[in-house]
Amino acid sequence: MVQIEGMGKELAEHPFFDGMESKDRELLSGCAKNEVFDADEYVFREGEPADKFYLIRHGTVAVELHAPGHDPMVLETLRKGDIFGWSWMVQPYTWTFDVRAVELTRVISLDAKCLRGKLEKDHSLGYELFKRFIPVMAERVGAARLQLLDLYGQPAERRSRSKKK
Amino acid sequence: MVDPMIPTPFKVTRVRRELADTFTLDLVPAEGRRPFAFQPGQFNMLYQFGIGEVPISISGDAADGGVLVHTIRAVGGVSNALTGLAAGDMVGVRGPFGSAWPMKEAEGADVVIVTGGIGLAPLRPAIYHVLANRKKYGRFIILYGARTPADILFRKELEGWRSRIDTYVDVTVDAAGTEWQGNVGVVPKLIPRADFDPANATVLVCGPEVMMRFTIQALNQRGVGDDRIWVSMERNMKCAVGFCGHCQFGPKFVCKDGPVFRFDTIRDIFQVREI
Ligand SMILES: Cc1cc2nc3c(=O)[nH]c(=O)nc-3n(C[C@H](O)[C@H](O)[C@H](O)COP(=O)(O)OP(=O)(O)OC[C@H]3O[C@@H](n4cnc5c(N)ncnc54)[C@H](O)[C@@H]3O)c2cc1C
Ligand code: FES
Repeated sequence: MVQIEGMGKELAEHPFFDGMESKDRELLSGCAKNEVFDADEYVFREGEPADKFYLIRHGTVAVELHAPGHDPMVLETLRKGDIFGWSWMVQPYTWTFDVRAVELTRVISLDAKCLRGKLEKDHSLGYELFKRFIPVMAERVGAARLQLLDLYGQPAERRSRSKKK
Repeated sequence: MVDPMIPTPFKVTRVRRELADTFTLDLVPAEGRRPFAFQPGQFNMLYQFGIGEVPISISGDAADGGVLVHTIRAVGGVSNALTGLAAGDMVGVRGPFGSAWPMKEAEGADVVIVTGGIGLAPLRPAIYHVLANRKKYGRFIILYGARTPADILFRKELEGWRSRIDTYVDVTVDAAGTEWQGNVGVVPKLIPRADFDPANATVLVCGPEVMMRFTIQALNQRGVGDDRIWVSMERNMKCAVGFCGHCQFGPKFVCKDGPVFRFDTIRDIFQVREI
């Protein structure tokens, strides 16, 4: 259930909204609600409709990839103060990974339809929000590339891998 | 004075397997126990007789002069040969060589250690030093990255340090299965979350050079100046005493000016790819 009252204050406490004007935060708070996930409960799974984005208030989530014939892999973990879920911005609005709560996790979720509606009406609000999203996305892409380098692997393995086309 | 080019024979007293490809050697001088003085961050040349020599940092406690401890990852010719050593075998040692972590200068400041992979070994003497002199330092933070949970070096010790209330330890791995409860992601990601004063911290960094580059970026973003960051450069060596030029790094020699450098003094040559 969407709780409008009180959410403005909760948004203000999350670092993602640092420096955002309170009127903008108030507008967004209309799309926000608190949610709690137990340890090992999935927040969402790949292929499901991406109808929200999430801000972690407490706890840890794991971004996972499951592929037939492979053990499930944790790609990254995110903690208090982090955000997750971009797919609400990109058509066809479908999750591309699984996200699982590693421990009891409290999040603020923002409803995607509600958000897209508000951003469509108020582009400066959209700009404010995207100014916060883009650096996080850039940081995640950079980190993912570094992870791919297999920095701590055996030098011989790394060399032969980089030679393979 | 002992000729720095002549290895002294040391006897292996213990071999500990740390990880699939990493082991720790305890050594004592062959002619009875004599104290071996070194400073955290320094290294020795270990000579596997008949095969060759490699620079290896000292990973033991500088306050315990009786036993010389090295933690070695087998990656090639000499380090692979060293894996064959057992208690009672002999190995040649030249050293200690090189510059040290700035333990004295860091007094009064927060100490932040950022390290990855085998890089934890050269920093372990610095950790022992801070813990033994805990009151002289501010907050103490250890951030460590490994390839997978099975590659976490000194795991038991890390857990021991983490359980202390005066030390903050955060560990991350690059890849893990779903049974791993800890962090997954690269080590620079741990930097924004650690509680220290960027204006009054001494940061000690050791790991693969790419990891150090991204770590420094994250430290700078956090507001840590290059004059507060120290890195240990592990480039190839031969003589270890500044004769052969093998380890030349711009105008400096890693073997005698380093391996530990204050980052602002090498910033301009840090990106040099080959030496
Ligand atoms: C000051 C200093 C301190 C060091 N401390 C330690 C330590 O505590 N523990 C430890 O396990 N290792 C340490 N090293 C690295 C160690 O010296 C090398 O791994 C070793 O020299 C490799 O020799 P090798 O004959 O076994 O392998 P080689 O047959 O010479 O090399 C095998 C592969 O490893 C690569 N390689 C060799 N040396 C390095 C290096 N320094 N950096 C990156 N790639 C390299 C080579 O390019 C090659 O691809 C240190 C190096 C330096 C310079
Ligand atoms: S190793 Fe010979 S000059 Fe440094």
